[in-house]
Amino acid sequence: MNVLDFAHAFFSDGAHWHGYDGIPQRLLEHVRYTLLALALAALIGLPVGLLTGHTGRGGNALAFIANAARALPSFGLLVLVVLLIGFGLLPVMIPLVVLAVPPILVTTYEAVRSVDPSPVDAARGMGMHESRILLQVELPVALPLILSGLRSAAIQIVSTATIAAYVSLGGLGRYIIDGLYQRDYEKVVGGATLVAVLALLTLAVFWAAGRFAVSPGVRRR
Amino acid sequence: MNGFFDIPSDLQHSWSGLIGLHLREGLLPVAAGLLLALPLAQLCVRFRWLYPPVLGVTTVLYAVPSLAFFVVLIDYTGQTELTVMIPLAVYSLVVLIPAIVDGVRSVPEETLAAATAMGFGPVRRYLQVQLPIAAPAIVAGLRVATVSSISLVSVGALIGNQGALGNLLAAAQKYDRPELAVNSVLTTAVLAILCDAALVLLRILLTPWMPRGTGDRREPAVRRARPEPEGATR
Repeated sequence: MNVLDFAHAFFSDGAHWHGYDGIPQRLLEHVRYTLLALALAALIGLPVGLLTGHTGRGGNALAFIANAARALPSFGLLVLVVLLIGFGLLPVMIPLVVLAVPPILVTTYEAVRSVDPSPVDAARGMGMHESRILLQVELPVALPLILSGLRSAAIQIVSTATIAAYVSLGGLGRYIIDGLYQRDYEKVVGGATLVAVLALLTLAVFWAAGRFAVSPGVRRR
Repeated sequence: MNGFFDIPSDLQHSWSGLIGLHLREGLLPVAAGLLLALPLAQLCVRFRWLYPPVLGVTTVLYAVPSLAFFVVLIDYTGQTELTVMIPLAVYSLVVLIPAIVDGVRSVPEETLAAATAMGFGPVRRYLQVQLPIAAPAIVAGLRVATVSSISLVSVGALIGNQGALGNLLAAAQKYDRPELAVNSVLTTAVLAILCDAALVLLRILLTPWMPRGTGDRREPAVRRARPEPEGATR
């Protein structure tokens, strides 16, 4: 039996398709963890990145914080937080947010910094307020790069959210962890396949978001 | 903290022994990834149509969660260090190949023409002109790959205590000693930061012609049209 046979056996088993431990339920849980973690990370990363990028100050401090956050092992952080504050959704969100903030923060900062200065100066010369310059000039031009930062954060969350199962929550990691302890490779391979497919779907969603949200003038360059 | 460095004997390693193990399990895959990525990237530079499919395959492999990768490999390589190192090497490819391809492609045409005019063959041109100029980009890729590899080794604790410092996490739960988990997280983070710093040092040594200091931070007045993830001046 190779990996493809395992995957086929997993997906053709009707019992895997409904109920509490069914694929739709686990997929929904996984998507919910991912969206929540991504939203929290974006809530922290985007405003800070936009502001520091706009003023151009604090770039080194930002790089330092991002590097330190990257160095923290997600799995270790999860176990540590669970030991300290107990089971629940919060201990899973902490490592996922720590994982996702650095790419969002650094890319947003770099994206705003790299906006061509001449339209920004023109906007300032026309008397636009600083907040309008940031939101109406710099943000639209920087959007493709900002989206790419969000995209890599989302992919990392999707594949790391599997650790939620290790601390008794649901999500697609359930199949991988349960399969590991039950010596059920079908389940493990099935779970891994689902996560990989979800990651590809995430890529597709961001591609579509880019087509939809980025102005044609910026896209053409 | 009481018993911070008091490692349970069932881990069969001292604290420093775990560090050595962790470095081996984290760094060897990146080295293997680099050895694999260099020829692959060269192929992608030479045959442009090859680059998108190679990038696609590595991205899909990268999306496979590490734990699942480990468990699937147990069937082939058993509960060994190799089972942890193979996925890490594969993950490093997704960072290293684009870094090398972008770095090598960024070498200006004139420089290549000058090298050819000086009688450099393709091999010498690659080794003595393209690789050194691409060095900052390659090291930037290595930094990301190394840091993430070191932090992922811990997950190996789930497949029969193959996670080096990550094994402390399992022990922390088993013996209800949270300080061991603190030890694991902090030591892993410090190792990652030290390796990162060592790579920055390596880049400064490899590229003596580049400005010193923080190196890849450019002057505030200079804004580039497109930021490369590597952030190196070219």
